[in-house]
Amino acid sequence: MSEDDERQQCPPSDLEFVSNKARNCNATGSGSGHPELQSVYLDQVLENVLENVLHFLTSKRDRNAASLVCKSWYRVEALTRSELFIGNCYAVSPARATARFARVRALHLKGKPRFADFNLMPPDWGAHFNPWALAMAKAYPWLEKVNLKRMSVTDDDLATLAELFLGFKELVLVCCDGFGTSGLAIFVNKCRQLKVLDLIESEVSDDESDWISCFPEGESHLESLIFDCVECHINFEALERLVARSPLLKKLRLNRYVSIGQLYHLMIRAPQLTHLGTGSFSPSEIAGQGDQEPDYVNAFAACKSLVCLSGFREIIPDYLPAIYIVCANLTSLNFSYANITAEQLKPIISKCHKLQVFWVLDSICDEGLQAVAATCKELRELRVFPVDAREDSDGPVSEVGLQAISEGCRKLQSILYFCQRMTNTAVIAMSKNCPDLVVFRLCIMGRHRADHVTGEPMDDGFGAIVMNCKKLTRLAVSGLLTDKAFDYIGRHGKLVRTLSVAFSGDSDMALKYVLEGCPQLQKLEIRDSPFGDAALRSGLHHYYSMRFLWMSSCRLTRHGCQEIARAMPRLVVEVIRSADEEEMDDAVEILYMYRSLVGPRTDTPKFVTIL
Amino acid sequence: MMESSAAYENDLNLKATELRLGLPGTTDDEEETAVSSVRTYKRPLQEDTDHEKCGGNGKSESQNETSPPSKAQIVGWPPVQSYRKNNSQSKKTESEPGIYVKVSMDGAPYLRKIDLRVYKGYPELLQALENMFRFTIGEYSEREGYKGSDYAPTYEDKDGDWMLVGDVPWQMFITSCKRLRIMKGSEARGLGCGV
Repeated sequence: MSEDDERQQCPPSDLEFVSNKARNCNATGSGSGHPELQSVYLDQVLENVLENVLHFLTSKRDRNAASLVCKSWYRVEALTRSELFIGNCYAVSPARATARFARVRALHLKGKPRFADFNLMPPDWGAHFNPWALAMAKAYPWLEKVNLKRMSVTDDDLATLAELFLGFKELVLVCCDGFGTSGLAIFVNKCRQLKVLDLIESEVSDDESDWISCFPEGESHLESLIFDCVECHINFEALERLVARSPLLKKLRLNRYVSIGQLYHLMIRAPQLTHLGTGSFSPSEIAGQGDQEPDYVNAFAACKSLVCLSGFREIIPDYLPAIYIVCANLTSLNFSYANITAEQLKPIISKCHKLQVFWVLDSICDEGLQAVAATCKELRELRVFPVDAREDSDGPVSEVGLQAISEGCRKLQSILYFCQRMTNTAVIAMSKNCPDLVVFRLCIMGRHRADHVTGEPMDDGFGAIVMNCKKLTRLAVSGLLTDKAFDYIGRHGKLVRTLSVAFSGDSDMALKYVLEGCPQLQKLEIRDSPFGDAALRSGLHHYYSMRFLWMSSCRLTRHGCQEIARAMPRLVVEVIRSADEEEMDDAVEILYMYRSLVGPRTDTPKFVTIL
Repeated sequence: MMESSAAYENDLNLKATELRLGLPGTTDDEEETAVSSVRTYKRPLQEDTDHEKCGGNGKSESQNETSPPSKAQIVGWPPVQSYRKNNSQSKKTESEPGIYVKVSMDGAPYLRKIDLRVYKGYPELLQALENMFRFTIGEYSEREGYKGSDYAPTYEDKDGDWMLVGDVPWQMFITSCKRLRIMKGSEARGLGCGV
């Protein structure tokens, strides 16, 4: 769930620019008795009242606003904030965070920039959880929840969490790395109150540790266990026993080493599940030929509360009919690892009337998308991933599928669509048919590819999206794009917070349009586009309002970036080389810059230079 | 590697007449680096007494710069995370990491290491082992194991048991094999008999 799926139009929590707004909030004394004592007493009452009231404020947007009212409110808000969200772990230090907020129960931290997911940054860049873990251990012994995205977490950090926080309940690791099954073993063993262990899209090294067996005996408090990204065998018998003694378990997502036969055994023990990741969804190779196949239909029928289904990692489509019975109640279905055809999809999707979130592979072709459009009138989020993620592969989905979806799924809010061919007409149609779009990410896989019918650039399509989709906060563009597309974005994309640009634009003007035109821009990631130092300069007025700017393989020079660094002391300007490149010429391969309260970090690897 | 041989093919097949100091059957190992669309391909200078190669270098380099960009895979494009690529194409072995196992042979002074992913099945593996250690394995049958030789290829599986190579399906074998041992002599013969 990205931040752009929530609406945020507030001052940032990671920077205290307006501390000079502080003034004392004095009660007006009534005049009787000692005026000084009187006003101190009233101050106390007010603060107590405030504390009790602010406890109810949960949205970080509201809390940020409240903290800016006056010094007193700032203080009380800092005392009562229990969920701390830090969008860039380098924007503030653990020391400063723990100094301001005294009673934090839940920490949400984000580390590396998103383009690191695509190997654009050398490994070991940073975003280490370790200093945070140690600081939290001293400051927040009652910490219960940690949610990390794109951070490096070590086995020792996991041990710290389990050993030093006695009431620890929830660990969510999204796109993290640096740890292995032996760290998990220690964590699950020592963490006696554990309710949630969600490992999502993370890289877990196989230390051959049987971590599933390490959960303590006796009834467990587990409500959610997600490990579909863990690429190693697990001890199935231990897992079965664990599920059997976890009566509160609602979410279970298995990895691909769990066969469908094993899935059956788990499902009959946990019919109360609401979220299920099915594992491989194929039989194990050891299954005997003559063995009786379990009644999978029955297992699914017993799960009356199932609303979210995923997995299907090595699917044998013959088994798909088993899920028909739960389709009518599904709100979320993830087939993005299942290489199935339109014909195999149709009998399922035709029953999914309540579906709101659908992730799928392009193997279903435009025909499959048409089937989705015909039934899924409640669809809010669609992601279509490529089976063959190469520039010159065949494209089974095209503008036909996009058009169909736009006509059938009018309530669509978020779309990610990989394709090889697209037209402006289809994109314009979507902009008109789906006015609720908040997230529009179109990836035409061939670089610089024009509208394949007209031969025109894709400017008008994306222009229509920013013009017609008035709620749009996240945009990713692709295909052949001239500066005109960016002019449209600058003029109309007034709510855009996140923008991803690749192989687009003609000149510096494109970047200028965006930096000058989009006041809400927070996260800008650009690769392989012809933008240089002059364009970079045009954003000086805005960089303190942004979380980060990433530019790789553009036309930046070191002295251009140096200028920015000099002009903006609170900005950390990192120049990153590929690991094997020598620090030679003036050209900057990767620029990653972000605002920070604490200046340059002290853990830079040798391929990073901070200007 | 591919590009330099392409260069040779398009030209006068100079490779056939080239003067080299390398052993016959060996080819130059040129590492391919990922090509970014902005950076030009720079080949590090190679200390080489191979004169033909200098000419070859020039041809290969121009071949690289003029080759259509769609052939070179751009780093990180399309923006699909690697775990998605590996899973969707789980049947294609190019994208998977190697499975390296140690191979010991009774009587040999040191061990070898091989990548099981390189082989498509048992025949290739056994052939490779025969070549590596210079011995003959004999014929496999389910009943009698490896008949007709003093050797039997065995492996240690995930449970720590020593198994005869060839009993289980190939895919299952490569994922459960921890190390290989080529047994010799009476020990080997013992395994093959239906005890």
